This record gives sequence, C-alpha cells and structure tokens, in this order.
Amino acid sequence: MGQVLKLLVQRIALGLLLLLLVSLLVFVGTEILPGDVAQSILGQAATPTSLANLREELGLNEPAPLRYLSWLGGVLTGDLGTALSNGQDITTQIGLRLGNTLFLAFWAAVVAVPLAILLGLLAVRYRNRWPDKLISGLTLASISLPEFFTGYVLIFFFAVKLRWFPSVATVYDSMSLLEKLNAIALPIAVLVMVVLAHMMRMTRAAILNVMQSAYIETAELKGLSPFKVIFRHAFPNAVAPIVNVVMLNLAYLVVGVVVVEVIFVYPGMGQYLVDHVSKRDVPVVQACGLIFAAVYIGLNLVADIVSIVTNPRLRHPK
Amino acid sequence: MADMLLDIRNLRIEATVYPPGEPAHDIIIVEDVSLTLEKGKVLGLIGESGAGKSTIGLSAMGYGRGGVRIAGGEVWLNGRDIMKGGMRGFRKLRGKEVTYVAQSAAAAFNPAKKLMEQITEAALAHGMASQKQAEARAVDLFTHLGLPDPNNFGSRYPHQVSGGQLQRAMTVMALVPEPDLIVFDEPTTALDVTTQIDVLAAIKRAIRDTGVAALYITHDLAVVAQVADEIMVLRGGRKVERNTAENIINNPQEEYTRALVSVRSIEHEEKKPTADPVLVARDISAAYGNAIQVLKDVSIEVHPGQTLAVVGESGSGKSTLARVITGLLPPFEGTVTFAGRTFSRALAKRSKEDLRELQMIYQMADTAMNPRQTVETIIGRPLDFYFGLKGRKKRERVMELLEEIEMGAEFLDRYPAELSGGQKQRVCIARALAAKPKLIICDEVTSALDPLVADGILKLLLRLQKAEDVAYLFITHDLATVKAIADSIAVMYQGSLVRYGPKTEVLTPPFDDYTDLLLSSVPEMKIGWLEEVLEHRTMESAGN
Repeated sequence: MGQVLKLLVQRIALGLLLLLLVSLLVFVGTEILPGDVAQSILGQAATPTSLANLREELGLNEPAPLRYLSWLGGVLTGDLGTALSNGQDITTQIGLRLGNTLFLAFWAAVVAVPLAILLGLLAVRYRNRWPDKLISGLTLASISLPEFFTGYVLIFFFAVKLRWFPSVATVYDSMSLLEKLNAIALPIAVLVMVVLAHMMRMTRAAILNVMQSAYIETAELKGLSPFKVIFRHAFPNAVAPIVNVVMLNLAYLVVGVVVVEVIFVYPGMGQYLVDHVSKRDVPVVQACGLIFAAVYIGLNLVADIVSIVTNPRLRHPK
Repeated sequence: MADMLLDIRNLRIEATVYPPGEPAHDIIIVEDVSLTLEKGKVLGLIGESGAGKSTIGLSAMGYGRGGVRIAGGEVWLNGRDIMKGGMRGFRKLRGKEVTYVAQSAAAAFNPAKKLMEQITEAALAHGMASQKQAEARAVDLFTHLGLPDPNNFGSRYPHQVSGGQLQRAMTVMALVPEPDLIVFDEPTTALDVTTQIDVLAAIKRAIRDTGVAALYITHDLAVVAQVADEIMVLRGGRKVERNTAENIINNPQEEYTRALVSVRSIEHEEKKPTADPVLVARDISAAYGNAIQVLKDVSIEVHPGQTLAVVGESGSGKSTLARVITGLLPPFEGTVTFAGRTFSRALAKRSKEDLRELQMIYQMADTAMNPRQTVETIIGRPLDFYFGLKGRKKRERVMELLEEIEMGAEFLDRYPAELSGGQKQRVCIARALAAKPKLIICDEVTSALDPLVADGILKLLLRLQKAEDVAYLFITHDLATVKAIADSIAVMYQGSLVRYGPKTEVLTPPFDDYTDLLLSSVPEMKIGWLEEVLEHRTMESAGN
C-alpha cells in the first residue's frame, strides 16, 4: 500500500506545483495584453491626471512581481479581488456563476458518461455489425454539428413546436430541483451530444484493444456469454484510458460551454468570462483563468489517481 | 464404442488471409484429419509450428482463433455432433464438458481479478456448483498439485505468483468444472526446465487421479512421451502417423517422425582452451538501477574459434552478462578485456574497431531487422559502415555472405516478412559475419525456432566457426543445444557462476546441486523418464 500512497502524494504535489505555474502564466499573460487598464476604464474621458490617479488607486505603478505576490496571497485566502468594471467582489460573483456551471456540467455528465460507456460496450459487443455502425454514425454526426446549430434545432422543435422545455434556461435558488432540471434540459441535451462521441469511441477502442488479450480467449473458452466477457474481463482492464478521456470531457463541460450558455442565456462562468474579457476587466479574467485551470488540473489528477488505484500490480505488490 | 468421448471426422479448417498487395483469399490450415479419443485417455498432438495442432485442439471446443473457421468434417463429443449446435451449443460445452489450458498462463489469467474468482468462474457460470463447493474443490486441487498455502492461494492476483505456479493454477481452473476433456496447449513450453518437470508431474497426477481425458498439444516429443497414451504426428495440417507413445518413440514408421525423434544429430569435437583468450571478463558485478543486483562476481573467458555456452534459467543473469560485455549496461565492478585491450565499460566510449570485432545475434530475428529494408540493405549496412564498401563491391560481398549462409542471390531483394523464421535468423547471422568479428554473442538464437530448423542453424554456426575462426558466446536455456555445440560451459544461477570449465568437465559428475537439478530436468526421449527422475529425487531427499 505504501507504493500507492507515495505515488498519490507525488501526483497531488505535482498538481499543486502545476497550478502555481499556471497562476504565474495567467498573471504574466494578462500583464502583456496590449493596452492599459486605466485607459480602457476611463475611455474617452481620460485626462492625464485622472489616468495617473486611477493607476495609483489600482496599484498599477507597483512592480509586477509585487503585484503578483499580493494577488496570489489574496487568492490563497479566498479573496479574488474586485471587478474593475462594476466594483463588485469577484469571489461572491464567481461563487454564484461557478455553482450554476457545475450544476449544468454535473447533470450533463450524469447523463453522458454512463450512456457513452454503455454505447461503447454495445458497439464492442456487436462490432462491425449494424448496431456498432449505427452508434458510431450517430455519435459522429452529433459531434460534427456545431453546438449553436444543434442548440437552435432543439429549441425550434422542443421549445417552439412541442413546448416541452423552455428555450431560455433561467435558474434561481427558489426553484425546486425538478424545475431546475426542466429548465436546463435542452442545454444538457446539447452538451451530451457534444461529449458523447469522444467518450464512446474511446471506450470502444480501449476495450477492443484489450479484447486481443489471451485472457479474453480464456473467458470465451469458459463458455461465458459475450457481454459477460466484455463487461467482466475486458472492461476492468480498459478503465484507465476510459477514465482519462472521461475526465477531459468533464473538464470541457466546465470550461468550454460558453456557446451553449450564450444560446440558452444560462448564467454560468463562460458567459461571465466573455463579458469581462470584452470589458478588459483584468482581475476577473485572471480569476476565471485560474479557476478553469484548477478544474482542468483537478480532473486530470482524478484520472491519474483512478489509473493508479485500479492497477492491481500497484495495489497488491508481490 | 460406448467409451468414445471425442470423434473428429475428416476435419477441414480454413482461414482467410489478407496478404499485403494481394487479394484476400482462403488458405487451408487443416485438411482431412480424423481422430478418436476414449474417455480417460491422453492423446498427444505433435508437430512443428504451422502443423495445425492447436487449431485441431480448439476445434474440440468449436473455437477458431482469429479468422479461422471449421469448413468441413464433423466433431462428435459425447455422442453428438457439436457443429450442429451453433454458438449457443458451443458456449454450453466450453468450460463444462471441455476446458482449456493455455501455453502462457501469465497471459491467460486476467490481471485485474483474483485467481479464485477466475478459477471458479466456469463452474458457477454453468450452474454446476455453488461458490462454496467450487472453492472447496479448488482448494483441494491446489493441495493436490502442490501449490503453496492452498487455503489462501486463491486470494492472490496473477502477478503475485510465479510462472510455474500460475501454470498449475490454470490446470486447477480447467479441472474445477469436472470436464470430460481438457485441451492442454503447450502448457510447459514457456517454463524453465526445472519448473517444467514439476508442472508436468502435476498435470500427469491430475489426469491420472481425476480420470479426465486430454488432448496434449506440444512441439516437444520428449515431453509428450511422458504423459500421452497415444501420439499423433502432424505436419502442414495433415496427419503423418498415429500410434502408441511407445511405438512413436521406439519404432517410428514415417520418415518425418524419425527425423523428429532423432533430432540433434550434430557432431562436434570439443576443443581445448588456449593460452590466449579473445574475451576475458573479470569479476563482473552489475545491477539495474541502484537496487537489484543481477550479476555477482562473474568471470569468464572465451577462446578464439571456440564456443562458450552460458546456461541458466530465466532471471539467472545470462543476458545481462551479454549486455555488460557489449557495453549496453556498464558494470559497477569488473573489467572486460578483448583481444588484449581493455574495453571501456560504456558503449559510447568504444572505438569503431571495438564495435566491429564484437557482434550480436538475437533471439527474435523478426524484431532485430528493419521490416522496410531488403536483405541486401540489411547485410550491406555493416560492409559500408565498417569497410566503406560501395556499389558493385558491396553487392558482390553480400552475395558471398548469402552463399555462406546457404541462401542464394534470389533473396537480395526480399523483405524480412517474405522470409521463414529460419531464413530470418540466417540473414542475421550473415549481418554479424559481414563485420568480420572475432566474437559473436548469440542470445537464445534458436529458442524461437522449431527443432529441425534450429538444428540447421546450429550446424551452420559450427561450419562458419570452422571456416572463419570466429568465437561464440552462446547464451541459452536449452541444455541439449549446449551439449551439442559447446567447448566450454558456464552454468549461472541467480546472478552467480555455479559451475564453469571445459564441457566434459562440467558435464561429468560429481555435480553441485544446481547443475544436477538442471541436467536431470531435461526431458529425455524415453517412456517413463519422468517417473524415474521423480523417484530418484524422492530417494535422494529421503537419503538426506
């Protein structure tokens, strides 16, 4: 067990180090953006004196390393700073948005991950026959269509024609869970269509790869049914690559859903980020960048940990 | 005919192949083979690779590997034609009436599941026993086949037990559902000789005590003679002859069978060590990383134009010794002296001349050649690299070398994929010779080849040794090969040299314990050999 623990600690330490480097990158990246924050806030009305005053007020005259350290110190104590554009506290604002984004991502994942794996298993079971080709064709088609297109098609049929779901996914705290789910049904459907193909194809490929192994022949020669062979003998050995691609897609569900949020007017992180990029609101962009990076690193860390823990050679050394 | 278990009639097996650049077509793998097996009897199927022996064995389970399919004939099992039952019928008999023991148990067990779960799975799936009953039977069999700590053995994962134990565990897995027939497919081929003898004894005991019938598939006639009642010799998918084991060994009718029985007809006169060895390795100690020491204080000498055979089981350090001598693995202690000059420990610091005079031939000729280069390019490369030969001169020399390895100019433009296993190894030999080396390290060069082909390679090596006066460091686990070609022998065990000297000395008693064990474990082409050895060992241990 000691070996697994050592590996886990190592991975987590590496993840934290990576996050620190990303924070530096985010800071430097926003630093070298062309233009001046004070200038863009004041716009046409800027006079040299007001610019100088604002710079002083924002602390822009201090050297960059110092500003980085004070920003980092704030982040570590849960203070992401104040938005330049409206003077609001970023932490509370992001708190709301991030909650919404995670809510949407969570329910999309709840539908997409089991469905993708089930479809992958079915595709292997009937490989190169019509169910396999149908599954591959449909998922490929759904990933090939742009999100805004599928989004509007779904709105047209299910919101406008059939009136089953609302076209605008507005959620607020006083709604019950069912009401909320009803409100976000269409964005969930779009997201599922986007991430399904990737996960399903990886599941299929990873299991087919394992199906070449001698122990699959052993299982077949025990007279087990094909589905038992796939599920009991092939799947456990294909978990690591599948988890990896699942985690990448989950990360996408959190950080890459801008288009879907805009189509359905959903108050999530993506929209928030895009709004503030156009306003050149540097502290918000930095905060969003850091949170997205943390989600990415965190989910990939989970994938690493799952592959370590599911490896019997590491879990049960000689 | 009441006792008839398996009756295969006029079996014909085909496969579709997709050769590059040619249209897909069907080839015949097995043609017109018939065999019968009574309850409780053991039939050995023997032949070289491509003889169709595994394919026939698996047909008793209605199984075809890859694109292989049963195209004609009937397979009767327990009085019914299993070919008529379809997939559902096959699934009902697999793991219940017929079970299977694979060549490599290490690959045939699922690495993600505990042994017990896998061993009881078939009996449970067919509803033949409760979990408790199946486990009790497995534990009984663990005890019977001499597995350590039988009560807890099943709770381990495959990677936690040794290769020989896994092979016995696989036999247990085949026995738990109480089948009528077990197909053993080369069950001891991947094991060391000293392990093989234990597994062989366990299999024989299991067959005798449970009364199960068996098809025993192997390429090793000496092994099958120990367990089979009758033997069927196959070649190229056809039956050559079938007879009792006794008659096949002592009185073979067909010429091919006689060749199999009398393989190892090599004549070699042992040469005495000279005063001026070409290679001296002194006090070599080496390790991988900082932790695992794999060589301890090994010293050997190889004399010009002679062969030193290094024998040992897997993990004995014999290949590591080769890696140290070639410089691939710098030792942390010891020196390598070659033709009077001290070699640098590291490969990168050796001169071109150092590299030229020491060549290597590998076990897997397949992976030792670039599949996209022709034979001419492969053999021509060292001519260009070491001697700067170009154009016509180079081609002439390549043709000379081809002549030496008994292959003609028609092979110049062939790619490795177009050669047979033996031809590939010959090309590798020619490539090594092209550098005009003083010493060639041969690492298990015949292990992947069929006995008759291996024989041809060994004869070629000996002939070339005489003609070119080249020395060999011959690494092998096969003692029969050693006896045939060596001038001196080094026996290695767990990284140390346990016995070393001229061949006759090493092979003459009194032996140390390990050499004795090793020598007595080599199967002899003799009925009853297994019992003799085991009895001898029991008496010895009783005497101690």
